[in-house]
Amino acid sequence: MTEPLATRRTVIFDESVHVHHLLDRERVLGPVLLAPLLIYLAALVGVPLVTVFIYAFSDATTGSEGFSFVGLETFQRTVADPVFQQAIRNTIAFTLIAQVIVIVLATILGYVMTANFKGKWIVRFLVLLPWTTPVALSSLAWLWMLDSLFSPFNWILGELHVVPVGTPVAWLGETGLAVGSVIALQAWRTLPLAAVILMAGLTSIPPELNEQAEVDGAGFWRRLFDITFPLLAPIMMVAILFGIVATFTDMAVVFILTRGGPGDATQVLASWSFYTGIQGGSLAQGAAIGIFMFPVLLGVCILMLRRASSVEVT
Amino acid sequence: MAEVEVREIRKTFGVTSALDGVSLVCKDGEYLVLLGPSGCGKTTLLRIIAGLEEPTGGDILIGGKSVKALPPRARKIAMVFQSYALYPHKKVGQNISFPLEALGMPREERDERVRWAAGLLEIGHLLDRKPRQLSGGERQRVALARALVREPRVFLLDEPLSNLDAKLRASARLELKQFQQRVGVSTIYVTHDQVEAMGLGDRIAVLNRGRLQQVGTPDSIYNEPANTFVATFVGSPPMNLLQRDGKLVGFRPENVKVVKKSTGRDGSTVFACHLLRIENLGSDRYVYVSVKDDRGEAKLIAKLAMSEQIDVSANDDADLVVERRYLRFFDRETGDRRTDA
Repeated sequence: MTEPLATRRTVIFDESVHVHHLLDRERVLGPVLLAPLLIYLAALVGVPLVTVFIYAFSDATTGSEGFSFVGLETFQRTVADPVFQQAIRNTIAFTLIAQVIVIVLATILGYVMTANFKGKWIVRFLVLLPWTTPVALSSLAWLWMLDSLFSPFNWILGELHVVPVGTPVAWLGETGLAVGSVIALQAWRTLPLAAVILMAGLTSIPPELNEQAEVDGAGFWRRLFDITFPLLAPIMMVAILFGIVATFTDMAVVFILTRGGPGDATQVLASWSFYTGIQGGSLAQGAAIGIFMFPVLLGVCILMLRRASSVEVT
Repeated sequence: MAEVEVREIRKTFGVTSALDGVSLVCKDGEYLVLLGPSGCGKTTLLRIIAGLEEPTGGDILIGGKSVKALPPRARKIAMVFQSYALYPHKKVGQNISFPLEALGMPREERDERVRWAAGLLEIGHLLDRKPRQLSGGERQRVALARALVREPRVFLLDEPLSNLDAKLRASARLELKQFQQRVGVSTIYVTHDQVEAMGLGDRIAVLNRGRLQQVGTPDSIYNEPANTFVATFVGSPPMNLLQRDGKLVGFRPENVKVVKKSTGRDGSTVFACHLLRIENLGSDRYVYVSVKDDRGEAKLIAKLAMSEQIDVSANDDADLVVERRYLRFFDRETGDRRTDA
């Protein structure tokens, strides 16, 4: 009776498989699984970040390998620069205005995408489309759309006799229009993600709550502002934070569309940092400009992490 | 307070028919229970009365006037959902005052009415809490207070007890009934639980597959079922049915005696049976038997009080004795009730 059982046991506990024992230990398995991510983060985020801080307190240039530390001197020079002041104002203004537009449009799109109608999938597809295009590519496409000679907008406006034919609008050539174009493009490209986040938020609100409010005598606006929006607020916050990060740090749109111009009217921190540090050769000042984005992004990150850890499920 | 009437209500979702010509009246101040299995259309009917669902055909009258064209907020009704649908971001007090705010009532008046409703349901101490801090029973009271606060013409309740645990459900049932008797508002109550229906309803409307099966007092629903569906849906265990001489004969399990050999008293019918199993349930015992009928064999249940002595045991052949006044006859084809012949 005991013979077959014993034979089977030796098969189950095959002691030759030592590797399994090693990976079965959490102390080994945990670090092994974490290592790729940590190495990636250290090499591609950690090292550059530390380098930027070192450069910002130095006199480094792209021309020489060596550099010496100069304390806060670079910062003083940076802050005194009127273009820098313009860039920091623009970065904040573009981000805020674009995100206000995005949150309004994303809420409307969220409603449209959760509504039940024929052809719903094509609307969802079209809304998501900008998200799937790389920023550089879509910015190039917009560059053509806003070209003073070839702009389809100019053509349409001309056909409608809004502007006289032969005097095209210089979308990227006039200060006001260029600022408007940059903001519009920032809003356009961050809208899809916000719309999807809000769509998910709207779906997560139990339909009975709105039905209950309807029976309780509330009209459309009261239901919107008293029931839906308060319940949507936490997820709206998430969409806004994502949008702020995407807009605040972006340089591709400005770089491709206006190169900061006309003059320095559309210069933002990211683009100005690039022009000063890489094209202008002053690594130290480029780094110092970049560091001014740090406190805002740090604040947003802290808010996001708090949000994520305190999500309230009712 | 008002009478509610639905006339020939039909509702189809695509090709499936949820309600197929239902006409029903809930009298002023009445407690009407809509009873039926899940998917029978009872909740759809309630939502149509509330205005949350548009009927495909038919009319809804509240207080004698058609409300078919009115949106829910203009119907002056109150509804309590199965989930209670408390606004999670509002405190209890704000939840209760919400319908009053929607009416545009001034603040002092609102506060006074909230206190009145909260007092009636004994939740005055909870007004500053958020719904998630409440127990199931407390949530139910808040939902009722919110329904009550603007003195609606009709209460619509959609399985409000199904989220409570069994122990709480019995006491909540009692409270619901007392509460309705105190405020005297017409109430339409949806449930699939026949015990709730029997215990709460002044009248019960039994629905199945979108059609009204029977409307009547709990007593008549139980004792004079209109068809085999009502007979077997209401009652636990359900009414016994067996086919004899081309007719369906039914009788309630508790109206049966099981004896070794019947003496054949007058006014009784005796069925020869075979005992399969006896189940002891504390206060009662269920005796499972098989009886020969037209189709071969029918499995029946007898429910006997424990206080009653029996002289049979499993696998015995015995006699099932039913007084003739307890026998109900149904049509074999349609299942409809036939006159007792």
